[in-house]
Amino acid sequence: MSAPAVPSAPLLRIFPVGGYAGRSKMIMMRSALVYRRAWLAIVSGFFEPVFYLFAMGQGLGTYVGTLPGPNDAPLSYAAFIAPGLLAASAMNGAVFDSTFNVFFKLRYERLYDAMLATPLGVVDIALGEIGWALVRGGLYALGFLSLMAVFGLLTSPWALLALPAALLVAFAFAAVGMAATSYMRSWQDFDLVTLATLPMFLFATTFYPLSVYSEPVQRIVQCLPLYHAVELMRGLTTGAVDWSMLWHVGYFVVMIAIGVVIAARRLNALLLR
Amino acid sequence: MPGVSDGLVQARGLRKDSGDVHAVRGIDVDVGRGEVFGFLGPNGAGKSSAMRMIACVSPRSGGTLQVLGMDPYVDGPKIRARIGVVPQLDNLDAELTVRQNLEVYGRYFGMSRAAVRAKATELLAFAQLTDREGDEVEPLSGGMKRRLSIVRSLVNDPELLLLDEPTTGLDPQARHLLWDRLYRLKRQGVTQLITTHYMDEAEQLCDRLVVMDGGLIVAEGSPAELIGRYSTREVVELRFPLDDAPPVAELEQLVERLEVLPDRLLLYAADGEAVLAAAHQIGIRPLSSLVRRSTLEDVFLRLTGRRLVD
Repeated sequence: MSAPAVPSAPLLRIFPVGGYAGRSKMIMMRSALVYRRAWLAIVSGFFEPVFYLFAMGQGLGTYVGTLPGPNDAPLSYAAFIAPGLLAASAMNGAVFDSTFNVFFKLRYERLYDAMLATPLGVVDIALGEIGWALVRGGLYALGFLSLMAVFGLLTSPWALLALPAALLVAFAFAAVGMAATSYMRSWQDFDLVTLATLPMFLFATTFYPLSVYSEPVQRIVQCLPLYHAVELMRGLTTGAVDWSMLWHVGYFVVMIAIGVVIAARRLNALLLR
Repeated sequence: MPGVSDGLVQARGLRKDSGDVHAVRGIDVDVGRGEVFGFLGPNGAGKSSAMRMIACVSPRSGGTLQVLGMDPYVDGPKIRARIGVVPQLDNLDAELTVRQNLEVYGRYFGMSRAAVRAKATELLAFAQLTDREGDEVEPLSGGMKRRLSIVRSLVNDPELLLLDEPTTGLDPQARHLLWDRLYRLKRQGVTQLITTHYMDEAEQLCDRLVVMDGGLIVAEGSPAELIGRYSTREVVELRFPLDDAPPVAELEQLVERLEVLPDRLLLYAADGEAVLAAAHQIGIRPLSSLVRRSTLEDVFLRLTGRRLVD
């Protein structure tokens, strides 16, 4: 389809023309209004990693004893898996918000069509929805970190940085989740979301160190986004911090950039036919 | 006809192709300030595609388009800030209450909290929904949802209101209430663009309209002009016993135009009673007869044919 001739824009056209009105916070405000009435959904999301922590950390932990931490200092099993669970809950919350919820609004509620009849553009929608996933993920992370502090599972002041790190991770997964959702055709496609997140949750060093794997398998695991999230969190909560952790941060920055651009462009193609 | 200079919408050779489908194949439209302008046509005529382009949510494939003096392709958000859109299918926010639907929508336009609160109160009264303001949207009746959709589109005091089949699926009471509200808006000077396939709606509401068929405009004018141009003042409907061949040849002598339908004949004439009397004189005895005024529906069916569009 050929677009009509328009004055050539000086900027590189990464984002759709007229796609950003700078009002994504209005979309986040809408979500906050909706969730004020659905607070149970927020609370249940908080408890999921807490249950895992008690079941595995306390239950299994009694038999496991200690594991070598990032700087080879022994860590209790609970202190080992807690940062992993923090990373996984940042992932799960963001993915849920940006896939199921976004799909429903996109295909069934036609909510975004209504928004596009206002000055809001697709970039506002993408950033607003991702932003809300972030706020929610941030609240979960704050709750879980507080719990870790209460149970003595934070052993370093670096742990304060685990909160912004959780936001970074949530942002990355929400952006990619939303981009993926724009390609989904039916609810069946959501099995693919589970197929992507569940193995990561189980195998990306959430519950045991990378060293259990053989060398080739280690390389594969090191490509997974959740691996980088877990490593980042575990380094921060245990104080094993060094410059190499910027590599993890970079991984998520790239994920965010790719996710947001694809999500905005795809929404543009889907909604502005 | 209003001058082009104060035209709120101006299209020249406007086209929309989606893949191999040529939804709109080059139309010229001028809508002046304060006018209620109708797009009429059967399903698939291209009305909604034209509306979506004007609403700046569908890039045009060719031609030029100016809305409020701006190009939707360049200034979409600026245009959308000053227009109101009522979509064909309600897309109210099911996760919010009736009042919140208006307030949140106003916030999308950048209005302040205080401004949207005052505006919502005013609009709820206009839509006769004040006593339902705390309810969810889902239990509302079809007419109530439609009214809410319409007042939601007014939250930013639009200069131009786009209504895509505003009364489809509503019962007569709900339609009349809605027409009343649209008429009040017209008196307040709100320019309206309406698509419809209800002829009575077009006759009630529109100052001027175009009839679209197959992506093209096939006629343009006021309802009365169109009736004058494409039909006669009156129509005589005659029914004959089904097994007898109706006296088509004899009747054709008496009228300007005659149409044979499976169950009846339609005779187009300036004076229906005179035609009926003349028919009696030459010994034609139909089972039943009806003389009525010609309507836009006669124009519409003449222009777009009687084939069924699915």
